[in-house]
This record gives sequence, structure tokens and C-alpha cells, in this order.
Amino acid sequence: MGEVIFRFLIGGTVVSVFAVLGDVLRPKSFAGLFGAAPSIALATLGLMVYQHGNQYAALESRSMVLGACAFLIYVSTTSYSLRRFSAPTLVTTLALLPIWFAVVVGLYKLST
Amino acid sequence: MISLHLASIGQTKAHQYVVRFLVGGLCTVVAGVIGKHWGPLVGGLFLAFPAIFPAGASLIESHEKENKKKIGQDGRTRGRLAASIDSAGAALGSIALIVFAITSWLLLSIRSAASAILIATLAWVVTAVLLWQLRRHRIFRGI
Repeated sequence: MGEVIFRFLIGGTVVSVFAVLGDVLRPKSFAGLFGAAPSIALATLGLMVYQHGNQYAALESRSMVLGACAFLIYVSTTSYSLRRFSAPTLVTTLALLPIWFAVVVGLYKLST
Repeated sequence: MISLHLASIGQTKAHQYVVRFLVGGLCTVVAGVIGKHWGPLVGGLFLAFPAIFPAGASLIESHEKENKKKIGQDGRTRGRLAASIDSAGAALGSIALIVFAITSWLLLSIRSAASAILIATLAWVVTAVLLWQLRRHRIFRGI
């Protein structure tokens, strides 16, 4: 339980720091970079190395490449949809989230 | 020109900070649980889960709407456009995220974890800034 709480606190803190950076930086297109900051990875990889060693963390990073490709497709679709359609941003970003899952599953199947 | 707009901190409400902290913490825990149950190959996929992105983009839209409301205008279209520009920035950031993942994958096997993660983070920063500069000067000049 202690590990879960520690992980939660680390994750919340790292994600919040990158989110605040994204809030205060201008122009908006530059601040947007921080929407794809490696926040969860930074919160997780150190713990993985501590618990399982470098090779385990390297394997996680290898899979992360696929997750990041899915992220690229997801945010590109989101950007287009926000320009093209009139649905609120939260609705658009959440409704398109299955794209991330679909792409990541597809890439994972192709890679294994 | 890149600048700091510290007034944005005051525009963000306390509950919005709490939501981002909770979502970030939760996603990190879930990524760890998935890794534990299904191994590092599946767990690693979730290191690039767009955890905070919907909340962040929505926040940008609401800030833009509030700013327009102050001068008596309807900021819905402007808000969506701002969120779209933010998403386009995140697309560049996600290319840098691919570079981060490749760098940490390759370096974790041959270097200490601290240096591998530090170099990967620097690779993310350098790639993201370079891509942003390229786009600014060649494609979307003026945004």
C-alpha cells in the first residue's frame, strides 16, 4: 500500500509540474509541447529501475515508443477535430481517447 | 518569442489543480499496476498515455472563454481554436516523446539509470524546442 501511495504522490507531483509549465508559457503552441511531456514516464522509470533493474525499465521504454506514436495520432486528430467541429474541448478530447487505445493495441499486435 | 505568463496561475482554480494532481497520480498508479500484472511490454505502453491532456486542453479553452467574456464577447470559437493550437503543440511534443522513449530504451541498457533518464529528458526538451522552432518559422508563421 505504501508503494501505491508513493507512486501516486510522485505521479501527481510530476504531472502537475509539467501542467503548470504548460499553463504559464506562451505562445500557446509552445506551451502545448508540455501536453506531451514524459511526466508519467519520469514518475515511473526511476521506480522501475529501483525495483526491477535497468533491463526491465529499458523494456518499458521500448514499449513506450508505441504508446508515444499512438499519442501523436491521438493529438493530431484532436487538433484537427477542434478546428473542424464545434463540440467542447473536453468532450472532443475524451471522445477521441479510444483512438489512443486502438492505435496502441494495433501497434502492439504488429510488434509481437 | 517564448515568455512566462504568470497570471495564468491565478486563473486556474484550486479544484483544477487538484483534478490534474489526482489524474496524474492515478495514471501513474494504473501504469504501475498494469506493468505488474502484464509485464513491462504492456506496462510501457501506458507510460505515454495522454493522462493530463484532456484536462489541460479543456482548461485552455475555459481560460480563453473567460478572457473573452470579460470584454463581452462569446469566446467559444476562440477557446476551441486555442485548444487546437495547444493540441498541435502537443503533437510536436509527442514526436519528442518518441525520441525520449527511444533514448531511454537504448541508454538504460548501457548506462546508469540516472544518466539515461536525464539524457532522455534533455533529448525530449531539445527535440520539442527544435520542432517548435521549425514549425514556427517554416509552416505556421504568425501563430
